[in-house]
Amino acid sequence: MTITVEEVFETARMTLYHNFDIRTTTLGINLKDCIDSDFEKFKEKVYAKIARNARSLVAEAAKLESKYGIPIVNKRVSVTPVSLIMETHCAPDKFLQMAQSIDRAAADAGISFIGGFGALVQKGLTRSDAMLIESLPEVLAKTERVCAFLNVGSNIAGLNIDAVNLIGPMLKKTARESLNAIGCAKFVVFVNAPEDNPFMAGAFHGVGESDLTLNVGISGPGVVRSVVAENRDCDFTALSEVLKKTTFKITRAGELVGRELARNMDVPFGVVDISLASTTAEGDSVARIVESFGIEKIGGHGSTCAIALLMDAVKKGGAMASGNIGGLSGTFIPISEDSGMIAAVQAGALGLDKLESLTSVCSVGLDMFGIPGDTPAETINAIIADELAIGVINNKTTAVRVIPVPGRVAGDLVRYGGLLGDVPIMKVNPFSARDFMRRGGRFPAPVTSLRN
Amino acid sequence: MKKELSFITVIGLDKKGIVAKIANLLYLNDINIEDINQKIMESYFVMTMLVDMGNSKVSIDEIRAGLEKIGGELGIKIQIQHENIFTMMHRV
Repeated sequence: MTITVEEVFETARMTLYHNFDIRTTTLGINLKDCIDSDFEKFKEKVYAKIARNARSLVAEAAKLESKYGIPIVNKRVSVTPVSLIMETHCAPDKFLQMAQSIDRAAADAGISFIGGFGALVQKGLTRSDAMLIESLPEVLAKTERVCAFLNVGSNIAGLNIDAVNLIGPMLKKTARESLNAIGCAKFVVFVNAPEDNPFMAGAFHGVGESDLTLNVGISGPGVVRSVVAENRDCDFTALSEVLKKTTFKITRAGELVGRELARNMDVPFGVVDISLASTTAEGDSVARIVESFGIEKIGGHGSTCAIALLMDAVKKGGAMASGNIGGLSGTFIPISEDSGMIAAVQAGALGLDKLESLTSVCSVGLDMFGIPGDTPAETINAIIADELAIGVINNKTTAVRVIPVPGRVAGDLVRYGGLLGDVPIMKVNPFSARDFMRRGGRFPAPVTSLRN
Repeated sequence: MKKELSFITVIGLDKKGIVAKIANLLYLNDINIEDINQKIMESYFVMTMLVDMGNSKVSIDEIRAGLEKIGGELGIKIQIQHENIFTMMHRV
């Protein structure tokens, strides 16, 4: 059946007026085959493998942008968790050197961010894991593009509180060592981290993946918001239908571009991540979608229900559109990267407590928010523990990307610009959890893990 | 030669010479027009052209640049996109 004028117009209008794009194409690269007892050779092999494949990604993505007239906004790389490949080179200076090789490979290939400088420590830490965490303040300050992650829990393993307790002090040190604490924006702590997530800063190439895999993240919220705005009076069921149909269409574009890109690069196609991801562009905001539902400001009562409705519809529409859904697949509500979220914080509509409740119904978690630089490390650990407990108990991915900015107090705005946006400093509950967090040890795996 | 179908979308105010200028650019580059439709939608004048680039002398990038130049001269938006994207998005 021929495509009608209306259908052509709908797609063309999305691109021209509503920020329709492919948000990210992320090439997962296995680095295990680069390990060498000679550290210099090891670094060279890592550099060469990343640079070679990343260049191919950038070149092939550009061809498809032109063919389909749709921007592919980010071309990125994720690698095998670095602590894993460093087990036999466990020396503090080597972690920084490896990070610098990875950083240089990304820069030389024209890749904005490269993920995977992290460790899977949901049950415990190896010597390499501990050393990697210790190296993070320096790595995040001295590299530009390297993104770091830790997975500190899962619904099968429980939550590694000893690992959580390392993070607060590490973040405070990172904040001191990088300008405006920007190093902290490149670190995410997870539970139930997916191994095929294409979105930074938490992307890594899981150990269960093939040598190379191409994963795709779909378009942003601008298209969804405009469709909701055209359907002001429909009830919840009808609204859900509208959202499903729109997500279906934008996911189909991701599926087409992802599969064709993988084929052209001669690498296996991994997944489409159907997360709605905000950008700093005006209108490309998840908060504004929620507000177009009829809530005055995100964070107001009704917001959790609205995000839940949105999430569920996005998943239903997206699942129908792609053969392989994966990654985080939900909706991101970062503060600094979403103009509507910033506005809600500044208007007093959205605080940390409500943000936490929103994350219980959406991926991924407390993302890109600032807190006063004098927040005690154990309070940062407790904020992380709260968020991650939601993930472990509810069998979902949750994460935290928090920036304790030295010298800043609640109400301030720290300007990063670019992809990272502007970070409002949010008020933190002043009452202490020190004695609770000091207990340490492991939060046991929840009863829902007993499924066999 | 295998067909390589793309849609050209024109959005803006209706003006004299839109079809003539685009058709001339396509003719000069051996691109065949398979179908043309137009409609007024949400106060936009919208015209779509289905074109076959199978014998085209130039790449889609060069045609896009030519179309954007015409768009600039006439104050309209012109977009070219491979047919696959429409089939994927609008057909189950």
